[in-house]
Amino acid sequence: MKGLFSLNVLTGVLNSMIALATPFLYAAIGETFAQTAGVVNLGVDGIMLLAAFGAFFVTLMTGNLWLGLLAAAAIGLAMGLIMALISVTLKAEQGVSGIGLYMFGLGMSSLLFKVLVGTVKTVQGFQPVSIPILSTIPFIGPILFNNSVLVYGAFLLVPLAWVVLEKTNLGLKFKAVGQNPAAADSLGINVVAIRYLAVCIGAILAGIAGASLSISLLNLFQDDLTSGQGFIAVALVYFGGWSPIGVLGGALLFSAVNSIQLWMQVLGVNLPASVAVMLPYILTIVALMMTANRARQPAALNKPFDRSEN
Amino acid sequence: MRPSARSLNESERYCVRSLIFIDMPETRAKLLQSLSPRVGQNVKTGESRARLGNLMPSATTTGKPLRKGAPIDWTKVVLNGAMPLAGVLAALAIAGIFLALLKVDPLTAYKSLVDGALGSTFGLTQTLVKATPLLLVGLGICIAFRANVINIGAEGQIIMGALAGAALPLSMPGLPGFVLVPLACIGGFAAGAFWGFIPGILKARLRVNEILSTIMMNAIALQFMNFLLQGPLMDPENVRRGTFLAQSARLPKEVWLPRLVPQTLLHSGLFIAIILAVVVYIFLWRTTIGYQIRAVGLSPDASGYAGIDVRANIALSMTLAGGFAGLAGVIEVIGVQHRLLEGLTSGYGFTGIVAALLGGLHPIGLIPASVVFGGLLVGADKMQRAVQIPSSLVTAILGMIVLFVSGAGIWAKSWAAKRLAGRPQGTEATK
Repeated sequence: MKGLFSLNVLTGVLNSMIALATPFLYAAIGETFAQTAGVVNLGVDGIMLLAAFGAFFVTLMTGNLWLGLLAAAAIGLAMGLIMALISVTLKAEQGVSGIGLYMFGLGMSSLLFKVLVGTVKTVQGFQPVSIPILSTIPFIGPILFNNSVLVYGAFLLVPLAWVVLEKTNLGLKFKAVGQNPAAADSLGINVVAIRYLAVCIGAILAGIAGASLSISLLNLFQDDLTSGQGFIAVALVYFGGWSPIGVLGGALLFSAVNSIQLWMQVLGVNLPASVAVMLPYILTIVALMMTANRARQPAALNKPFDRSEN
Repeated sequence: MRPSARSLNESERYCVRSLIFIDMPETRAKLLQSLSPRVGQNVKTGESRARLGNLMPSATTTGKPLRKGAPIDWTKVVLNGAMPLAGVLAALAIAGIFLALLKVDPLTAYKSLVDGALGSTFGLTQTLVKATPLLLVGLGICIAFRANVINIGAEGQIIMGALAGAALPLSMPGLPGFVLVPLACIGGFAAGAFWGFIPGILKARLRVNEILSTIMMNAIALQFMNFLLQGPLMDPENVRRGTFLAQSARLPKEVWLPRLVPQTLLHSGLFIAIILAVVVYIFLWRTTIGYQIRAVGLSPDASGYAGIDVRANIALSMTLAGGFAGLAGVIEVIGVQHRLLEGLTSGYGFTGIVAALLGGLHPIGLIPASVVFGGLLVGADKMQRAVQIPSSLVTAILGMIVLFVSGAGIWAKSWAAKRLAGRPQGTEATK
């Protein structure tokens, strides 16, 4: 137990925290776009899984990480279009169709992996890139400025998403169709198109989240690689109050708990592994409880828009 | 989630009140009819009861059959059966295309799948063995869905039920079967119900999204079982031999459910499940509580103003859903495995959702649906062994079925609405 508080371990915990926050950030920021526009995409975990496999497989075959990333984004886009078709055009119950998308991604990624790869293989993933000068700052330098491209991307995504949502015309349209689609429609905003766009942005980012696991952090693929991280990412959107900054806070908190849990196992702290693994899930429920009843929730969240009903 | 009644503003409240009690006879008739065919009939025939009594089934009428004399609407039955079937076939077709792209012959795969499920006595009985937990899980999902609550937590609830169903008989050996079996069943039901109650009350009280909370509850239950199987519940025999397999000791023979066909795993739990399907049907369509649950699902606002406790019904539906999943866990333990072991749920929690959706969220429709999916699971195992096609294919197919069925729902609805609109007024009430 003493070992947990040494400086080396603290650096390790913080390093893992930054790395573990990466997939949460991509997926949760993406989901923030979708939910701001009124669509709850619960298939995030399925998108992450299939995209993680796609990125892994393409990288394994071509050796080109950027092609792998592109494949992940393309898979995300394709699955986003399916989700949008079903939940926006066909106005299905979003919870149910999201679960369908999750099961499809879970089963398909496992099937493809077993047929096309078969055994556990690793790829050479994105390597850490040191940022000159900044990375030489003692203590925080190696933690913050010696990471892979996808990690930097995740943290840069936060201000970018904030600017898009809060300061641009497009962000306003997302909010309008999420708050009051009928009013937005009467002002000439194409509700269906805006919702498609938001869902697809979210799904592409979910795809990149999957890629960040399989070709940047773990550099391998296995069945159910995400183990529910996509669902936690959706919960983070509620936790973060539909704001990219809030999502960042939530993602850091969660990855901190995860990272401490991992390091406790590494250091052999006398706590059963199964109990330690429970912690992030319990924390998610507590977080959902604490942030429930929030007034900030987009008013038309989870509600399909039907012109003929208004 | 829809807002509960208290969050309505004054003008909306007025609308709801007037809708139910005062004005707009046509709209009111439609609303009431959607809630209960019988009440709809009464409205049609002008048999007006007291204001509140119009919406609430009174004690004297609830026990009577609803459709006495009404002809069965065969087009509706065929539609309800054909739509899901089309969804299944479409999913199989698309999966076949994927298989062909992977250079796997889809016909070989599907032949092996059908052969595994139906080709032998063992396959057939196995299909029913797997249909049993699916039916039980699906019953719970139906109840929750009827209250507009989506229970994704069946996996965790099955685990909790199985834990209780294994731990209780193990802790009191020597008791006769007629005590142990009900004890295990009640204990498992209670454990599953508790696991459903938590997300239920969180949704009812704090409006916590039940899909997310139940998924987290699944992960927690899984880790809890792992913890117990690697510690307190681990088979002492395993520990002595040093194998440390993560499974419990074998349950006392008294608690085993009788086998129906020799040399197979088919057990009497199947009958329990079928009887409960009828019980759930009666519960949902013939009792006041079942009626309230459905009313809350159709319109929380209107039912709130009719004096129904919306929150209590949301929590109750989730608790019952958990209970049925827990019972599925017990039956799996005392009927098939005779011990607690890892991987016991075999994805029944998720497959049960798909079965419930395909069964039209109706306890009776669920019976054939769970047999179909039981067969799909059995066939998938055979396919994996015989022609080396991973059984995860079935998970992907299940996902596609959910997507198709949820996407096609709106077409079915608009079709039914058009059909209803085209009918002469008098026949509407018999629907």
